[in-house]
Amino acid sequence: MTDPVIHLEDVAKTFTLHNQGGAVIPVLERAGLSVRPGECVGLVGASGAGKSTLMRMIWGNYLAASGTIMVAGTDVARAAPREILALRRGRLGYVSQFLRVVPRVPTLDVVAEPLLDLGVPEEAARARAAELLARLRIPERLWPLSPTTFSGGEQQRVNIARGFAHPSPALLLDEPTASLDAANRETVLALIEEAKARGAAIVGIFHDEAARSRVCDRVVNVSDFTPGAA
Amino acid sequence: MTPLLQVRGLEKRYGARIGCTGVGFDLYPGEVMGIVGESGSGKSTLLSCLAGHLRPDAGQVIFDTRHKGPVDTVTMAEPERRMLARTDWAFVHQNPRDGLRMGVSAGGNVGERLMAVGARNYGRIRSTAEDWLGRVEIASDRIDDRPSAFSGGMQQRLQIARNLVTGPRLVFMDEPTGGLDVSVQARLLDLLRGLVRRLGLSAVIVTHDLAVVRLLADRLMVMKGGRVVETGLTDQVLDDPQHAYTQLLVSSVLQV
Repeated sequence: MTDPVIHLEDVAKTFTLHNQGGAVIPVLERAGLSVRPGECVGLVGASGAGKSTLMRMIWGNYLAASGTIMVAGTDVARAAPREILALRRGRLGYVSQFLRVVPRVPTLDVVAEPLLDLGVPEEAARARAAELLARLRIPERLWPLSPTTFSGGEQQRVNIARGFAHPSPALLLDEPTASLDAANRETVLALIEEAKARGAAIVGIFHDEAARSRVCDRVVNVSDFTPGAA
Repeated sequence: MTPLLQVRGLEKRYGARIGCTGVGFDLYPGEVMGIVGESGSGKSTLLSCLAGHLRPDAGQVIFDTRHKGPVDTVTMAEPERRMLARTDWAFVHQNPRDGLRMGVSAGGNVGERLMAVGARNYGRIRSTAEDWLGRVEIASDRIDDRPSAFSGGMQQRLQIARNLVTGPRLVFMDEPTGGLDVSVQARLLDLLRGLVRRLGLSAVIVTHDLAVVRLLADRLMVMKGGRVVETGLTDQVLDDPQHAYTQLLVSSVLQV
């Protein structure tokens, strides 16, 4: 068996709300997860169980209280900011539910940006971006425009194109098929299957049960990590 | 890799009052660091100490110079520090009037900085100036106009061209998008991001605008009362703030 690309061990998360009486809210404890190349693991659990929290700890925008979060050779729970930035540039991709971009930047450039950050020549980066936008049915006349004015579903597809532009060995997907029509949902599922085929290790959150059972090899129930549950 | 800038135990006092104290961090080539905090938190004082505009009372600001490697710029001889300010460093002021010569043409503003580092060929200076005006999206037929005839956004872009023409490696920015319309801000942000990526610049940006740092900065430092209360990856500090003050700062932003 190959080594896991994403490996979490004994991870805990608490929130301390200093401005609300210093309330300390334990959210997760003893969380563990292991994803090998070519595998997709779905996070499940009731709303509020901590699926997104766990995913954000892997991305590094939520701090873990304890434990290790190994992603493609970097322990996100301990790494310096610049190590996490390097991880995100080359080895860890993320399709979040929200598109955050500098206003006025053309859609084509938004999608090409992760490749440009890696030093891919502009022409090749734009060609790859164009290919993905076309596959995700964003009309070509919209490519020179900023996605900030697009519909929710269009923004979601731009976000997906951006997340899949560079073939990262590890990938996080937060509701990638939400708010998509049947044809685009099919395209996204095909992109996920292709990423698995090239060996990507994927952690996903899917409320779409049919999508989940099609692309996920296993599921992990985040409720098992609720403090005091064991 | 050697950090471009290493700051250690930096302190500046105004009499008994603390400007900033106990500040330390490393900035690596290509990194953009944001400094946020409310008015009076010491962020501008800190920036002035880093850029050599103010002499700190204690601490070191070690810059990795091209020829001599890491040197403490606080104890460096004044002419040497001035040379750095003209070549490897750039300072973008909040008010373009502080960074431009208002009585000199746009082309002259850009060319002047080139001449300060020894450029003498008029034709080459003019064509370099033209190239930079183009990069900051100022039409070439405005090259002989004075900045006083420019809009606020154009003045700010001209100030950026004037600063970057000598190929600096470190750019200090004090509220670079403050005082501009939101649409002009967006244009400037896009421009700055592209320049930082293409030229591999490092930058320290002081601002109180959290949306600006989210889009521009890799890392964030939060200041309060002259002290650094929290540092980290920009999205981590904004999405999962640990310090009481940062939590207050983030939760006070109006959602749009």
